[in-house]
Amino acid sequence: MTPAEFDYLRDMLKQRSGLVLGDEKRYLLESRLMPVAREESMESLSELVVALKKADSEDLRNKVTQAMTINESFFYRDKTPFENFKNIMIPAMLASPRAASRTLRIWCAAASTGQEPYSLAIEIKEMAPQLGNWNIEIIGTDLSEEVLEKAKAGLFSQFEVQRGLPIQLMVKYFQQTGSLWQIDSSIRSMVTYKHFNLLEDYTQLGTFDIIFCRNVLIYFDPPTKTDMLARMAKRLRPDGFLVLGAAETVIGISDEFKPVTDARGLYAMQVAAAASAPAVPGLGSTPAKPATPAVPGIGASAAQPTTPAASGLGTAAAKPASPAVSSLGTPMATGASKLA
Amino acid sequence: MKHCLVVDDSSVIRKVARCILEDMSFRTSEAENGQEALTKCQTEMPDAVLLDWNMPVMDGIDFLLALRKESNGETPKVIFCTTENDAEHITRAITAGANEYIMKPFDKDIIEAKFQEVGLI
Repeated sequence: MTPAEFDYLRDMLKQRSGLVLGDEKRYLLESRLMPVAREESMESLSELVVALKKADSEDLRNKVTQAMTINESFFYRDKTPFENFKNIMIPAMLASPRAASRTLRIWCAAASTGQEPYSLAIEIKEMAPQLGNWNIEIIGTDLSEEVLEKAKAGLFSQFEVQRGLPIQLMVKYFQQTGSLWQIDSSIRSMVTYKHFNLLEDYTQLGTFDIIFCRNVLIYFDPPTKTDMLARMAKRLRPDGFLVLGAAETVIGISDEFKPVTDARGLYAMQVAAAASAPAVPGLGSTPAKPATPAVPGIGASAAQPTTPAASGLGTAAAKPASPAVSSLGTPMATGASKLA
Repeated sequence: MKHCLVVDDSSVIRKVARCILEDMSFRTSEAENGQEALTKCQTEMPDAVLLDWNMPVMDGIDFLLALRKESNGETPKVIFCTTENDAEHITRAITAGANEYIMKPFDKDIIEAKFQEVGLI
């Protein structure tokens, strides 16, 4: 791949997904896009670039963009966000005016193959005494249709169900199907998946009480991050929560969110955080003003930011997978993809 | 430094598991069947046991049942690590007192995740 070809691919990806690739990520382009080239019966990335430049290459462009943004995910990844969900966010929701309408909308902005939204759905099921009669909607979006199809099927390999999922929950909520494990239909039905580019207008998704957008911002340039957070702030109720990845922050990027004390990766809206309120661990204060009455499934409306082309990855980031060991102690490939 | 006893009749698995666990800053020891493991536990109760199911002399489930009856036998976190990969075996292990369950093949990430799950790291 020549420098010009690399630049072409980099620019195309930035424009279509917001993904920013530094020169050091050249290897990533090669490892992710060579399989696409081979699938198209091409022998090099140079041939792929020639094909991408043709006027009728929209399908191929989509394929290339999706190949670059697919990342592995796993259940209860990083744990802390799920502990915060259970110990801070849900208690705050229960103490809010939502207790009257008993509705909650959650957006997983980088749903990938579904482990994050399903982990939340399992947590909600486990909190049946408090949430059993609530109408809770979890929306999982991703740029890649391929990962969303996998998420919808709810079928996971043995490796996938062992990464972060406590065994007690695995036997409780999964059924073995051949060599795979399928998540129970009662959990699957709690999540709605939608193909969505984070560069698009968020208004169509409605208003949310909680937004999970973990390990996504790290792939964007500062102006795109700022734009994304500004638009998310408009989709979040005033007493809602934003959850970012452990390596991400709003500092220097957005002044609309404020870190929740002693809760890594958890943010509240500035206006609500500044006010006084419920005795919820980590929060220390109640929402400043009554939350807009929650309307299930809404897509409410408020004025949508008009920022132009902002962001759009949409998949959970990966971490390098160690070589697997078979029952005979033989190293095996895990096949996990990575983007960092 | 926490101590993990690796119980498996395969010397290769014992070696690989010990290597991973030592990388995770565990002190390790090993036994090649449940009876030998039980004897070692009676001498020094470990913090964790990484336990195979199918072994000669005494298998993993019988070891676990016997361990939990020992004085201080409730202390070690027991993580099965076996090719018995079906829900029935998993449920049986949990009922017998297993804290976690690893289905072979495994890798370092899975061992770390499971040890973290039971509070060992």
